[in-house]
Amino acid sequence: MLEIKNLTCGYNSKFILQDINFKVGKKELLGIIGPNGSGKTTLLRAITRVIKPKKGVIFFEEKDVSQMQYKELAKEIAVISQSFETGFMTVEEFVLLGRIPYYKQFQFWETKEDLEIASRCMKLTGTFRLKERLVQELSGGERQLAHIARALTQEPKLLLLDEPTAHLDITHQVGILDLIKKLNKEFGLTVIMVLHDLNLASEYCQRLILINEGRIHKAGRPDEVLNYQVIEEVYKTVVVVEKNPISFKPYILLVSEEERQKRGKP
Amino acid sequence: MRKKLIYWIVWILALGGILLSIGIFSLFIGSSKIPLNTIIPLILGGKGTTEYTILFDIRLPRIILGFAVGGALSLAGVILQGMFRNPLVEPYTLGISGGAALGVCLNIVFRLHQALGVLSLPLSGFLGAILVILFVYSLSIRRGILKIQGLLLCGVMISFISSSLIMLILAISRAEDLHGIVFWIMGSLEEPNWLLIKLAFLVSILGLVISYLFCFRLNAFSLGEEEALHLGINVERTKRSLFVLASILTGFSVSVAGIIGFVGLVVPHFVRMFIGGDHRVLLISSFLCGASFLIFCDTLARTIISPLELPVGVITGILGGSLFVYALSKRQIFLGGK
Repeated sequence: MLEIKNLTCGYNSKFILQDINFKVGKKELLGIIGPNGSGKTTLLRAITRVIKPKKGVIFFEEKDVSQMQYKELAKEIAVISQSFETGFMTVEEFVLLGRIPYYKQFQFWETKEDLEIASRCMKLTGTFRLKERLVQELSGGERQLAHIARALTQEPKLLLLDEPTAHLDITHQVGILDLIKKLNKEFGLTVIMVLHDLNLASEYCQRLILINEGRIHKAGRPDEVLNYQVIEEVYKTVVVVEKNPISFKPYILLVSEEERQKRGKP
Repeated sequence: MRKKLIYWIVWILALGGILLSIGIFSLFIGSSKIPLNTIIPLILGGKGTTEYTILFDIRLPRIILGFAVGGALSLAGVILQGMFRNPLVEPYTLGISGGAALGVCLNIVFRLHQALGVLSLPLSGFLGAILVILFVYSLSIRRGILKIQGLLLCGVMISFISSSLIMLILAISRAEDLHGIVFWIMGSLEEPNWLLIKLAFLVSILGLVISYLFCFRLNAFSLGEEEALHLGINVERTKRSLFVLASILTGFSVSVAGIIGFVGLVVPHFVRMFIGGDHRVLLISSFLCGASFLIFCDTLARTIISPLELPVGVITGILGGSLFVYALSKRQIFLGGK
């Protein structure tokens, strides 16, 4: 579905990403992990053409993304970025913005179909009851759900998420990732998400790509990527990797300096 | 959705009604009293009488010009505010009005309008506006945290520079040009040339129509440029088109009426507060509201110390400037609690 070939890009003359190569298959749920500043968000921005690649090509369903119209791209790929600007509008108006790529040049009013799609997506994400509320009055978790509803009204094939669980409590973290998993499983939506929390990434993603200093450090199933040598090398932190007793996925435990010194570990 | 449409239509009709009544009110008030009940005989057979001349050759053109300029400036304000997602941005605070005024002043001093015809006045205003806008645009595409504040400061500085340059022109210009230049600096709806009035009217209406092609894109811009791009909008191209539209509207307004500040700030703000931020209704309501506001200010300007007349820019400046300061101190509310 998505193929990235020799991608090198960055801001001004500084390269943030170098020689990125990977493929994403249909209906895959891919997680991108890596330390702060490693280029995860930059990768998403390159896919959506916010920044131009210096080298390399990105193909979406065999089409070169840079040759596609913005409008066409928006019908295929929806993005949920870490944006706090919500304007001054109700949830319903906010969700309906996702229909913009489908409006014709001289259309000034949503069609019945647009409204139906919007309410379906709001129901799916559990934001329908909030539709008259202002987006800025919502809690962080509700706002993230509204963002997902908006992205779904674009009727995309590929959904990109930039840290969908940042600043959320565990209820919403799990709620949102369960929802994404459901969209992936039941509706066949391909998902690429950037995650900070390694345990959540391990629990929810089929495949992980670990980015470090702008290059792909390791890619594969969670149990291939998340072992303690790799994590200690990339994150420069001492960790213990255990197995989650229920899901048998890798689970990363942190150890404080005090405990490390007690045990005589550096 | 249907409810929203009805709500919008009611507002638009109400604003239209207000505009009409202010227009009529303004037509019949002034230093020479013309009673309302003489209007029908005047229209039917009053051609040539003094009253007819006052009504249709002095007051009516001012009202039409107030409609055009007020509408155009508010529209430019809405467009710029939508693009920058900041309610303090408008043609005046970005220095675009100043640039246009400088262009017009240079035209007067070099007597270009005598050589090239009266149409060169709006053209030079437009050129001045677009030069400033190009400058502002090049600043805005450089990403930075203090983007908007920096832009506003820059705009104020551009206004300063252009008004200083206008002062310089005043100091060295011939006495017969002085009146024309002073007129432009202070802003007035007194415009003897019918052609320019008709053109201003046409430009502002056209501007309104064209702005509607961008209403959804402006809505998307309220989420930020990157989000707008994710919604399939060619951000750079849209920004360029909107900048050109705003500078045509401003350049034209300034070249016929001089610097009239803050209309584009006050009006969209109040409209947004009462009707909401959706540009489908914001554009037309701001236009109507701006037209009413400027006609009202102009009526004040010519009656308050009648038979003498104040420049209308003074009134809008006092009203709008105080609101600007208030807005700065209450930024939260004005940004919708962001």
